[in-house]
Amino acid sequence: MSGYLKPLPRIDEWNRVHWDGAREGRLMIQACSDCGTLRYAGSKLCPHCHGTNSEWKQACGKGVVWSWCVFHRAYFKGFESELPYNVVLIELDEGLKVYSNVVNMTNESLRIGMRVRAVFETATEEVTLVKFEEDKL
Amino acid sequence: MTDQKLRNRAAVIGVGTTQFGKLPGHDPYDLGAWALREALDDCGLAAADIDGVIVNRIPDYQRFCETFGLNPRFALITPGQGRMSGVSIELAVLAIASGMANTIALVYGNDGRSAGAKYGGDSDRYGGGGAEQSFPYGMTSPGAAHAMMFARHMQKYGTTSEQLAAVPVAFRKHAALNPAAVMRELITVEQHQASKFIAAPLHIYDYCLINDGGVALILTSSERARDAKKSPVYIRGFSQATKLLDSTFPPEDLWYGAMQSAAKDVYQMAGVQREDLDALMIYDNFSPTVLFSLEGFGFCKQGEGGDWMQGGRLELGGEFPSNTSGGHLSESYMQGWGLNVEAVRQLRGECGARQVNDAGLIQYMCAAPLITSIIYGKDAS
Repeated sequence: MSGYLKPLPRIDEWNRVHWDGAREGRLMIQACSDCGTLRYAGSKLCPHCHGTNSEWKQACGKGVVWSWCVFHRAYFKGFESELPYNVVLIELDEGLKVYSNVVNMTNESLRIGMRVRAVFETATEEVTLVKFEEDKL
Repeated sequence: MTDQKLRNRAAVIGVGTTQFGKLPGHDPYDLGAWALREALDDCGLAAADIDGVIVNRIPDYQRFCETFGLNPRFALITPGQGRMSGVSIELAVLAIASGMANTIALVYGNDGRSAGAKYGGDSDRYGGGGAEQSFPYGMTSPGAAHAMMFARHMQKYGTTSEQLAAVPVAFRKHAALNPAAVMRELITVEQHQASKFIAAPLHIYDYCLINDGGVALILTSSERARDAKKSPVYIRGFSQATKLLDSTFPPEDLWYGAMQSAAKDVYQMAGVQREDLDALMIYDNFSPTVLFSLEGFGFCKQGEGGDWMQGGRLELGGEFPSNTSGGHLSESYMQGWGLNVEAVRQLRGECGARQVNDAGLIQYMCAAPLITSIIYGKDAS
């Protein structure tokens, strides 16, 4: 893990399954066991039915770029060498949104509505990040 | 909607501001105290006349009251977020209307420049802390979230960055007429376009300043306000709305629906139409927020804001002079507080070279996951 300078996720009981899944090449998302509503990992309560039971499902790993921005300033030291880098908001086909990066493409080619699929990028021994690339049909 | 009986129930009688810019050696307590002394002078009251205090961004209300020598009946602290300035002012009106307090001091102090605030990186808590999960992907800062919202607006409606430049260009013109403003050098659309990106598509001129300063307002009941040193400025109407569900991410409608609701309520409570307004004070943390607000509050249709803002519409002499102080983009980043003070000073006719002729009604609006709007009037009609 030496040499990795970017921020790492704070893995806890609420998101561990997501990060374990990523390490195995699967995009895992949290769903309410009572009403099925999907939610962003990390919350105890379902905002739809207030149920406290949740389970994890494997997402298909596909979605669209909802929006994008390109950072020209590094707020984290680990990103300095990558400026300018993109961050995208992906709307997964399941309906959930996640922030990520689009890889294997120039920032100028990014466009809203572009179909993307998840790719898994090893950061450290413990952490694999879920990134996206253009899903050319 | 808030009870129409509260229309004109409370008024602003005193306002105070510190210098703005880099003020090393001043912490938020000092800055708040400086502003409050100015506000007390402005209305001719003594500290002992204050029986309610709301502090914002100053870390601790107890310490502030202790150091300033206040024992109010009513005391409150609100979270140090810009959206809370409007909330705080609205709560003060409610406390006065209910008799919880007669005269309330609202006090704000911000040492962001000297303290090296960056609004991104490890300390970023935008989005209620949910943002932290995205740090590994390099996502951070409210500016980047607004950049994404603007990119969405560009794609959906064909809005351009050149059109957006109308906002910082107009506000800088106003700041040039405001001796207290931090940034007073005029900028052009071309300079905006050529300026560096922070989070593209937003340029540095689309970002608010980061500076030190303090602001205070003193509110009292309209009956008591008649005895104040200067003419009172009445609070005619106010409203709130939120879009908090899923607010870790930008909303699909860029807060349009919630703003429409806040707009309906505030105009109805104030008994005012948009055309009656002489100036607007629009929360401008980033220039797209102004675009979204103008659409959300119904000054133009959703998607048409880019076009609508052209031709000097937001400038002094235009249809709706906005942020006549220079706003957060050019005067000072006082998180809404400075804009509310500017509304008061305009309605009193104290704004010198940047004065709006015969200003009688001014609306403050803040687009965020928690939306507020306040309409100020010169007369209690």
